[in-house]
Amino acid sequence: MTTIDLKQTRETYEAANRTVTRRVIICAGTGCMANGAMKVYARFVEAIAKAGIPVITELKAEDTKPNKTLVSSSGCQGFCQMGPLVTLLPENILYTRVTPADVDEIVTSSLVNSQPVDRLLYKDPANGKSCRGTDDIPFYTRQARATLKACGALDPEDLSEYIAQGGYEMAQKAYAQLSAKLLCDEILASGLRGRGGGGFPTGRKWELTRVQPEPKKYVICNGDEGDPGAFMDRSVMEGNPHSVIEGMMITARAIGADEGYIYVRAEYPLAVKRMRKAIADAEQAGLLGTNLFESGQALSLHVMEGAGAFVCGEETALIASIEGKRGMPSPKPPFPAQSGLWGKPTVINNVETLATIPLILAAGATEYRKLGTKTSPGTKTFALTGHVANTGLIEVPFGSTLREIIFNIGGGVTRQDGSQDPNGFKAVQIGGPSGGCLTRDHLDLPMDFDSLKTVGAMVGSGGLVVMNQKTCMVRIARFFMQFTQNESCGKCVLCREGTRQMLSMLDDITEGRADAGTLELLEKLANAVQKGSLCGLGKTAPSPVLSTLRHFRAEYEAHVHGKTCPAGECKALARPEIIPANCKGCTACVKKCPVGAITGERKLPHTINASLCIKCGVCAQTCKFNAITGV
Amino acid sequence: MNDAKTLTIDGRIVKIENERNLLELVRKADIDLPTFCYHSDLSVYGACRLCLVQVEGRGIQPACSTPPEAGMKVKTTTEEIREIRKISVELLLANHNSSCPTCSKSASCQLQSLARRLGIEKVRFKPTVREEPVDRSSPSLVRDPSKCILCGDCVRVCSEIQGIGAIDFVHRGSKAAVVPAFGKNLEEVECVNCGQCAAICPTGALTPKSDVAAIWKELDNPKKKVVAQIAPAVRVALGEHFGKEAGMLSTGQMVAALRALGFDKVYDTSFTADLTIVEETEEFLRRTKGEAPLPLFTSCCPGWVKFAEQYYPELLPNLSSCRSPQQMLGSLAKNNLPAQLGVDRKDMIMVSIMPCTAKKFEARRPEFAVDGVPDVDYVMTTQELAHMIEQSGIQFDKLEPASMDMPMGFKTGAGIIFGNSGGVSEAVLRYAAEKVNGVKLDNPDFIEARGNDSRREVTVTLGGKPLKLIIVNGLKAARTLADEVRAGTCDASFIEVMACPGGCVGGAGQPVSRDPLARSKRTRGLYDADKMLELHKSQDNHLVAQAYSETLGEPGSHKAHELLHTHYHSRRRMDTGGVTLNEAGDTPKVSVQVCVGTSCYLRGSQQLLQSVLKHIEDQQLKADVSVEATFCFEKCDRGPTVSVNDKVLHKCTHKKACDAIDKAMVGALQTA
Repeated sequence: MTTIDLKQTRETYEAANRTVTRRVIICAGTGCMANGAMKVYARFVEAIAKAGIPVITELKAEDTKPNKTLVSSSGCQGFCQMGPLVTLLPENILYTRVTPADVDEIVTSSLVNSQPVDRLLYKDPANGKSCRGTDDIPFYTRQARATLKACGALDPEDLSEYIAQGGYEMAQKAYAQLSAKLLCDEILASGLRGRGGGGFPTGRKWELTRVQPEPKKYVICNGDEGDPGAFMDRSVMEGNPHSVIEGMMITARAIGADEGYIYVRAEYPLAVKRMRKAIADAEQAGLLGTNLFESGQALSLHVMEGAGAFVCGEETALIASIEGKRGMPSPKPPFPAQSGLWGKPTVINNVETLATIPLILAAGATEYRKLGTKTSPGTKTFALTGHVANTGLIEVPFGSTLREIIFNIGGGVTRQDGSQDPNGFKAVQIGGPSGGCLTRDHLDLPMDFDSLKTVGAMVGSGGLVVMNQKTCMVRIARFFMQFTQNESCGKCVLCREGTRQMLSMLDDITEGRADAGTLELLEKLANAVQKGSLCGLGKTAPSPVLSTLRHFRAEYEAHVHGKTCPAGECKALARPEIIPANCKGCTACVKKCPVGAITGERKLPHTINASLCIKCGVCAQTCKFNAITGV
Repeated sequence: MNDAKTLTIDGRIVKIENERNLLELVRKADIDLPTFCYHSDLSVYGACRLCLVQVEGRGIQPACSTPPEAGMKVKTTTEEIREIRKISVELLLANHNSSCPTCSKSASCQLQSLARRLGIEKVRFKPTVREEPVDRSSPSLVRDPSKCILCGDCVRVCSEIQGIGAIDFVHRGSKAAVVPAFGKNLEEVECVNCGQCAAICPTGALTPKSDVAAIWKELDNPKKKVVAQIAPAVRVALGEHFGKEAGMLSTGQMVAALRALGFDKVYDTSFTADLTIVEETEEFLRRTKGEAPLPLFTSCCPGWVKFAEQYYPELLPNLSSCRSPQQMLGSLAKNNLPAQLGVDRKDMIMVSIMPCTAKKFEARRPEFAVDGVPDVDYVMTTQELAHMIEQSGIQFDKLEPASMDMPMGFKTGAGIIFGNSGGVSEAVLRYAAEKVNGVKLDNPDFIEARGNDSRREVTVTLGGKPLKLIIVNGLKAARTLADEVRAGTCDASFIEVMACPGGCVGGAGQPVSRDPLARSKRTRGLYDADKMLELHKSQDNHLVAQAYSETLGEPGSHKAHELLHTHYHSRRRMDTGGVTLNEAGDTPKVSVQVCVGTSCYLRGSQQLLQSVLKHIEDQQLKADVSVEATFCFEKCDRGPTVSVNDKVLHKCTHKKACDAIDKAMVGALQTA
């Protein structure tokens, strides 16, 4: 099969695109979809047609009628908090929180009369001004979207659109012009480090695999993104699947692999579907097959669905899983570069790493290094969640500070009810259950692989959970410990039993059963698990505990010695009391208390019977006079 | 190797030779670094985290999976490492059913001994052990999940050495567990009862099942005559339990102990090993004349026999029809002795003492019982005998040696070396060489049949023609070889299979040993025992000859077949019955089975089943003909397969089936 002519495909696409004068892009990322984006999409197609404007949903070369409006969907645009998102081109207007009911107005005002609908524009919380689109919304202007750039712009299911934007040109260059050695050197020179968490230099990994004499080698894309709240890889696979394939092609060329697997969580059905379609389309176009770009080299790719084990993100466990074995890590050495899938030399790269490869080749290593820090060049995606105004998916250069991310891009810290709280920042958990927490002291730390390590945290796969003052750090540590305990494969003693015991100690602390020895033993155990576990999951499982102990020890001590939770989150430690001076004796709380623990006569201060109280907090919520404290 | 390659362990310079990992080097330096999950014969697993060492510049590393490099500076004990090790063991103890005094593994439990070694006086963690039912379903093994430390040794030995995988891990995190397939009981899965899992288990999670209590009861019953037989490999291992070195022969004390325990007669399984050699070699020589298929597989190992029945039913005709020596002695004794002892057959109790757990299963096979009375009533392992001796208070080392009862206590060296892998082959060669060449052997030894490898090939010249024998031990090696035989690529004529590494000396019923050389010492012990005997060839056992003249007639005779031979059956499929689709009362006139296994299904058996059911309904035969959907007649290439009153119809059609049913119906009515 001959390979598709990229130039011709691009020209055909551009010719067809010239017949389109306007484009309406509806974000079809998971967040927007959940909020009804596809209904908005359908409504647009109807409404535009009704307005008498020629509308299409797909570019077709044979359709030469001019002045059409193209309605298309895109991958995740990252601004999930404000979805469903609708972009109008060429004006580059971004409407937020669009419902099907808004569509008629958008069509009439913007498409027919070229007037923006102000109420649907994003309002900058700093000054209340309307922002037209990605050019002036701080969430976007403060980012450096590279890997994610195309995710929100192109139709992930349209190969020709990817090609029209220069797609597969770097794969062509790799197969037609560059040697394997040159490719490894280029990536090594770029300083690219694995985005899956470890930060191992990608070029070195490739070179180690390239030099293996085995004729059969594999390339694996690790799409088993399992951190709670992280969805960077998912967005790339759903929003720009061909960039992952192109990255894999270049990797395969660099190491001499002719077969590859894309290991995707089964919980990402859309990513599975899009990756499968992208592979099928690439095969159809001769981009994958037996003779890539007439080089005589072959590459076939398969999608492998994971079965929901976090530990399968660990490379040796992932390999075992592909081989049909129980997903358990095995000791390294041997490294996958020496003996990986089916015992053959194998490179495993994360989705984001692979999607970055074509960008590096296009820009050149020197240019690529201009972004980021010396030891961590380039950009990194983060999933920003928690108590922050703009949750979503962001991409920033390494070396950015937390302050920039949380306050400029994220729009600041919020209270439990979502309102802004300028002084509310307490901490962020970075790197998911394997990472650590950072505090106010780290707000201006330029973040990269190395600087985070020195403060006991890690880039990890890029989860960033912002926490306000009302967050109990012991409970946060407990939350992540619960996660790793559930997800431990159960192979090595320290991780399997150690996480269980740490969890039980954290339970004791948050429920008031801990004593003076608990913290000391917890710390010893955490150290043992960190130093002695078999794989990365186990070695990093204690990180949330150790880093919260390091930065918030006083909070732990308050739980253990004072039996109080300073943040007020630990119900078992709550001691609700009525301040007699504030209590008006209105009896509202008496009526609401589900267990009849509050007594008192009308117009006289009430009292709470501590032995009956279940610490549900309803009384405090009911009281209009702030008379109830401690719950 | 470069002589200059060295590294430093605890300040000592150690030469790197061919060690695969740091652990081997540390042990070479005479430091007993603790591990649960490292065994040189198994893959490196890295789960117990006990062999952690400090490598300068690299921090804490597991010794088992770190390749040695010249110049490394290794410390095996630092305060930090001691603490991590202690924590690991305490974590295990917190999750361990600590009913240690009553655990059968108590004296040899590695968790217990390690806790002691590491000076653990208190477990700092909360107990987390779950109550779980103990699996006593297997005749050979007991599985107690509450004592499992998840080191995975059993899982790897079962899959890597035995090629079976009857047990594996399930669930994640603290819920992780080792269980038989689909969470079934051990008895219901493909376990062949070899017990290698129990032999390697560092704790009491998998242990050989004890029949000691029942045997005591028989010994206490004055109505019963209790007779013992002792397998060859027991005599070189029993002493280990009482402080003797592995391989030291203690036959005399063992016999004395059995008498002291109350056994009425003590016989030697080596006697029937000699008998087996006569029968099996004659069978083999008949086969070489084209009477039955070659290669001939030995059949004395019950683990192998069940394995073959499960995975290679098409090779069952190649298995020697000879019973194992245990079963030969059982049937011969039950045939001859009751009259001599003046008891009923049911009151003569045969107890065999075996190095093997699978023998317990073998003794229960229904083929080996006459009128519901088994030929061998109880099988106890070497370990169990040691426990009985301990329980009785007999001072083993102070016993005056005694000799076995005759005639079945008499043996040649050929019957003794049966306990080693290669021993059966060598004994067969000692017989066959004289028989075929017609010349007395000056030197009975066939050294080429001996060795430690899991597969050994031997070619000898017999009657001027080359004869190839292959000896395997460990069922994984047997699987590879059986695949070759099935594929027609194996040119051997005789194949000896022993399930346990090293043969019976390495059986799971042998004493638990911390001596890594124990097995090879036992092997040596048996060859030495052969040397010490006067006779070395089974054909020279005059009491075996007497057994032929008095009871059995000729080798291969009708009586010999009745008492000494057996048959095998396929266990390829689940034992569950079929699905009844038409029930025709308690005594159906005709019973029909339609195979709905994969091959037959693909050939349309489902439609056939429907049309047969319709035919029965149309002909108003529902009260007379029972119909069952069933699994696999093992004739997959000739499906759809239907059986009508046990008559099997291949490539069955609707017409064929209905004609057969109608004909059977007519027949049934006529007889009625």
